[in-house]
Amino acid sequence: MTVAAAQADAAEVFSRRFAAHRSQRRAASAGYAALFLVAVIVSSIVGEVDLARLAAGLPNIAAYIGRTLPVLRLDTLWADIGEWLWAIDIWLVMLGDTVLMALVGTVFGGAIAALLCFEASENCGASPLARQAARRAFDVLRSVPELVFALVFVFAFGPGPFAGVLAILLHSAGALGKLFAEANENAEAGPYQAVLAAGGTRLHAIRFGIVPQILPNHLSYLLLRFEINVRAASVLGVVGAGGIGEELYLVVRQFIYSDISAIVLLILLAVAIVDIGCEKLRHALIAPAGAAR
Amino acid sequence: MTDAAARHLKPALLWLGGVALLAFACWRVAPTAEAFAMGVGKLGFLVGFMVPPSAGGALWPMLHALAETLAMAFLGTLIAAVAALPLGFLGARNVAPAALLHFGLRRGFDGLRGVDSLIWALIFVSAVGMGPFAGILAIAVPDTGVFAKLFAEAIENADRRPVEAVRATGGGRLAEARYGLLPQVLPVILSHILYFFESNVRSASILGVVGAGGIGLALSDRIRLNNWDEVAFLILLILGTVIVIDTVSARIRRGIIAA
Repeated sequence: MTVAAAQADAAEVFSRRFAAHRSQRRAASAGYAALFLVAVIVSSIVGEVDLARLAAGLPNIAAYIGRTLPVLRLDTLWADIGEWLWAIDIWLVMLGDTVLMALVGTVFGGAIAALLCFEASENCGASPLARQAARRAFDVLRSVPELVFALVFVFAFGPGPFAGVLAILLHSAGALGKLFAEANENAEAGPYQAVLAAGGTRLHAIRFGIVPQILPNHLSYLLLRFEINVRAASVLGVVGAGGIGEELYLVVRQFIYSDISAIVLLILLAVAIVDIGCEKLRHALIAPAGAAR
Repeated sequence: MTDAAARHLKPALLWLGGVALLAFACWRVAPTAEAFAMGVGKLGFLVGFMVPPSAGGALWPMLHALAETLAMAFLGTLIAAVAALPLGFLGARNVAPAALLHFGLRRGFDGLRGVDSLIWALIFVSAVGMGPFAGILAIAVPDTGVFAKLFAEAIENADRRPVEAVRATGGGRLAEARYGLLPQVLPVILSHILYFFESNVRSASILGVVGAGGIGLALSDRIRLNNWDEVAFLILLILGTVIVIDTVSARIRRGIIAA
């Protein structure tokens, strides 16, 4: 066979394989597309999607949002703002309670997570059985939404912030426990082994071999969770579990429009302030640890 | 006071302040002793009623409510992703050079996602009526903001060289986007979408509490009616679904990132 013929042959083999590969890929893509389309159609039917209703509803939504906006005239601006935020003192106290609920829930949920996370991680757990138990407990706590816990606790303890705190606490314990355990597993094994080799117990090894490595990491997760929990706490009041959500739900149901925008604005501001504060604190916590390395 | 003493004093004061704040917070949220004792008693009581969990003959309506929840999460995520794609392109700095437009869009995204989906659900229930449709909108609207931001970041982080390579070989703008940008951006975008689908299944399961469809309505009804065995069944149903979706979606995400 001549060189030219061999080249032509190779080119033909290539183009045949390329065509086969491409048609295979296209068939797979078509299959996924069909599956996707079926999912869209089925969920549109189950979800009662109705474009006519959307078209009819869109002006309603715009009108609704328009009605919530306050009337602010330039010549009487301060009086108008005062009228808009007429209950600001009550609302600020409620907002404060919301943040405090998130704080207590985060701290105690984080404490539970910190106590259990070492059992849940592969490198420093006591036994495989304890590890599985701790991990499953985290999964269950993490997967049940806060609001579901809150519904049950409101029934038991009555309306008020305590039910909300318990709900946040349990959900945070699960979410943080999983993250903490993963952070532990990423810690370097050397210090842990060294403490064991020097005759320390497992608890010593965790305290002096793992904790110094993971502490900044855990604290930064804790701060992130606090930000998330402030958001969550602001709506728990919808089921009666304390905080500003109660007031928001009340004014929504009673169609006190301008109060709706005032409260939503206050929640947004509070969330933004907490976010910025946590960001600052996180940098302050992590910077010295990073500099020491 | 020496420097060293000052350095020790500051963290000590911070800790003291933190502990004081926590103590104050505990005092604010703590129930009265009687309420606590009664609550613990009631809690033990209703946990006792929860065993064994039972569907109470309403298995099919419950499964339908669960399907509704999944449909809400799926369509809400999908609508948000589709709406966010052009917004993401507009918000990306390397694609949209107009600084003012860029800034305005980013702030708009932040505003949408600062409001929890339950609050959006309250608004949409008032505007389009009760039912899963309001829930879909309540998931789609805040997520559009987050997606637009994430997509914009993914596009900004994309490597310019493949795009330039396609242009150098004579490709048009469409070919540039398809062969230069898309292969880099698509895996990131898809894994964001899947991650949000997971969390939206969780959100969708509670939107029913305010009348926006899904299994949350069944749950809050059962609690109001004191049917604790059915409550336990519904919670297990939500729990199982969330864990299955999380596991499957995590596996797909790993596959997308690896490919």
